[in-house]
Amino acid sequence: MKLVIINYGAGNIKSIQFAFKRLGVDAILSNDADVIKSADKIVFPGVGEASSAMKMLKESGLDKLIPTLKQPVLGICLGMQLLCKSTEEGHTKGVGIFQTDVKRFDSNVKVPQMGWNVIKDLKSDLFKGIKENEYMYLVHSYYAEHCNETIAKTDYGINYASALKHENFYGVQFHPEKSSTAGARILQNFLDL
Amino acid sequence: MLTKRIIPCLDIKNGRTVKGVNFVDLRDAGDPVELAKQYADYGADELVFLDISATLEGRATTLDMVLHVAEQVNIPFTVGGGISSVADVDALLQCGADKVSINSSAVKRPELVNELSNKFGSQCVVVAIDAKQVDGNWKVHLAGGSIPTEIDLFQWAKEVEQRGAGEILFTSMNHDGTKNGFANEALAKLSEELNIPIIASGGAGNVQHFIDTFKDGKSDAALAASVFHFGEIPIPELKKELKKNHIEVRL
Repeated sequence: MKLVIINYGAGNIKSIQFAFKRLGVDAILSNDADVIKSADKIVFPGVGEASSAMKMLKESGLDKLIPTLKQPVLGICLGMQLLCKSTEEGHTKGVGIFQTDVKRFDSNVKVPQMGWNVIKDLKSDLFKGIKENEYMYLVHSYYAEHCNETIAKTDYGINYASALKHENFYGVQFHPEKSSTAGARILQNFLDL
Repeated sequence: MLTKRIIPCLDIKNGRTVKGVNFVDLRDAGDPVELAKQYADYGADELVFLDISATLEGRATTLDMVLHVAEQVNIPFTVGGGISSVADVDALLQCGADKVSINSSAVKRPELVNELSNKFGSQCVVVAIDAKQVDGNWKVHLAGGSIPTEIDLFQWAKEVEQRGAGEILFTSMNHDGTKNGFANEALAKLSEELNIPIIASGGAGNVQHFIDTFKDGKSDAALAASVFHFGEIPIPELKKELKKNHIEVRL
């Protein structure tokens, strides 16, 4: 299993690397196109601000590379959001894998959403062995609008897509690497795809 | 629904937990990694490590500890204590910390909050505020509560929210260590006036105090140390009681 975590400078990727290590897989951190292309599985992480993360992605040419990937790709948090059409954060155009847009939570809820919330209406092998309404750890101010690529939903003032799937591309808004044993199961499921 | 969070706080000095911790089944109660794992298994939602090392060597050891916690613990954790620059935060995040907590350094130089949230995102910037109620007014205190200021708690909290703080950790010095309950009136006011999560700290003594701070204090999370460390309130039982009282928690 050659697992590559795309390292383009956006946020803390140590936790993801460690989470896979706990599953017995040593992930390679890289932003090199050849290394990424040769992987069996690819994780696209991201923490921080969307427009600056997108800028870093463009500078390394990864925005062009990502849509050409044929292996399973897992976007996590901002990584998932950048795979959408656009995000309101910094009025940024995304990579455009998922046919949905990312909006800011209304001020009728506290922003960021921070903590454990449930995922439901689970619809993918990514959630094999995960029960409906399982708790996941989330930290985010922006959410992906529900669409027909939604494979998990979460409620926070609004019902939104907490996971998306398009062909070989998967995206999760929550942090499986920080979501206890259930999160670890999702990462294992990704490895098993 | 987003659940209320239960957060044990561990004091760290030179990479080891200090203050007595009285857990059964621990080989080494001073080992932060082992404690963190145990708390994660017990259902803690997050952890806070407060670094009270006074020396540079002590802080370097803390970084090493953070790395080991990140390696082995599968829930989020915050590191606070002695953080005063972008470089300090960068080093902690590189070692796998999820959030950092800043306190006196933000009061001394409020721009630090902007710098950190711009560079790393609001989600990892917790501003800790120690305050004491004097003649009805809540005044911010520095250096672990030893230095009083004229700064008003609520004004300061609003300012750091505007500067990009993702969360407020409010410790009432009037309540801290008393085990008489949290400062729910002030907490509720913070929760109403701000639109970021508020963590209650200081005063936890029994289960009812947690129920009260989530209901009356409108807190998003509650932090405590001794009641957890000495097993006075086991976290699984606490969460079951909260659930019985219609407070959403992760079980």
